Amino acid sequence: MSKIHVTTTVNGDPVEFLADPRETLLDALRNQLDLTGTKEGCGTGDCGACSVTVDGTLVCSCLMLAAEANGKRVETIEGMAKEALHPLQRKFIEHAALQCGFCTPGILVAAKALLERNPDPTDTEVRYWLAGNLCRCTGYDKIIRAVQDAAAEMRQEHRGAA
Amino acid sequence: MRYHTPTSFADAAAIAAGASGTLRFLAGGTDVLVQMRAGMVQPDDLIDLKHIPGVDKIERTAEGGWRIGVAVPGIVLGGHADLVRDWPGVVEGMNLVGSTQVQGRATLAGNLCNGSPAADSVPGLIAAGATVTVTGPNGSRDLPVEQVPAGPGKTNLAKGEVISAITLPPRGKNGGDAYLRFIPRTEMDIAVVGCAVSLRLDGDKVVEARVALGAVAPTVLLSEACARAIIGTTLDDAALGALAKAAEGEAKPISDKRGTKEFRIAVAGVLARRAAKIAYDRAKGLKA
Repeated sequence: MSKIHVTTTVNGDPVEFLADPRETLLDALRNQLDLTGTKEGCGTGDCGACSVTVDGTLVCSCLMLAAEANGKRVETIEGMAKEALHPLQRKFIEHAALQCGFCTPGILVAAKALLERNPDPTDTEVRYWLAGNLCRCTGYDKIIRAVQDAAAEMRQEHRGAA
Repeated sequence: MRYHTPTSFADAAAIAAGASGTLRFLAGGTDVLVQMRAGMVQPDDLIDLKHIPGVDKIERTAEGGWRIGVAVPGIVLGGHADLVRDWPGVVEGMNLVGSTQVQGRATLAGNLCNGSPAADSVPGLIAAGATVTVTGPNGSRDLPVEQVPAGPGKTNLAKGEVISAITLPPRGKNGGDAYLRFIPRTEMDIAVVGCAVSLRLDGDKVVEARVALGAVAPTVLLSEACARAIIGTTLDDAALGALAKAAEGEAKPISDKRGTKEFRIAVAGVLARRAAKIAYDRAKGLKA
């Protein structure tokens, strides 16, 4: 089976690799690029553990072929912390908004995408946006509180910078 | 598996027509990749349509309708203010499909070609009078959306044919549409019943109507009887009662884990009434 040459940008770094035509973006991230922060939960787009953004759009990396990422800009959980943790990451720790942590990378990536579109969401908006990120431990309340607390801090920072 | 990236629909159709094994077209992939993973479908040829110019565009037609590319995902439809103003029912149907992540990929054309009788975007398209352009080895033809599904998982497209665009007619004045579905929770589920209504008013009176029912037959149904029940009325209680009765009469569901036959028939009537009222209010400009 002939491999497909994929050139893409992951967390700002240019990368290239040879993909099997059937290989998902999730498998390429984990197995070829050693970016194992992106998790496989269901593999069928139901759980959101594999959430990444592609050209700024939130997607399940298990529902996309690696070949489809050619020429695109992919952002994963590994690109979230810069010099310091992202406010969402910090607030998830402060609020203990995780237990086993398996769903956490996907939820953080999804929550970041939400706050970029909507810096001041209602609880309902957060819950609907994250409806595709399943957590079997927390019961979600702490996750929602952490997202809202991070959003409030990020609004404050934004005002301070303006 | 051979992964193809044609740059025209004519090329895509030619590859499809020449393929001898299992073939799938790839738009958003939110059904195809799941089927591949489950082993339900093992394509020998996979034709990615996203390299064809224009597939990611939403454009006004010369007549004042909309031409929607086959790779436009739900999140882009939902973010298109002018399209939402014209056809809120079409967009709200599509936006009910899956999660935020799925909305980032899933398309109208894919939802239609997946052939599910419970597809949430299809009743709205049918009620709206949408058409699809189908490109095959011998050129293109247009057909109404209701003629695409043939049964669960099956379409009426011939070998080598692919949907190359979806066209919504001009909304025109005093029109409104709406889609409602019943699921036992608020999000991330498959319709037990769905219903879309599109209508046009002259004053208070309904002068045109199209009603589509989902998940109550092997394909999404366009119901003449439901339309007749409300055309010429002011959508008063008598008309709504007649509409509900017509919808119950049209529904030919099966019983399965999502709902019994009797429940689906009753819900078809309820949703038809409610969707008609929302469409009516939208036509009146009463709510978004």
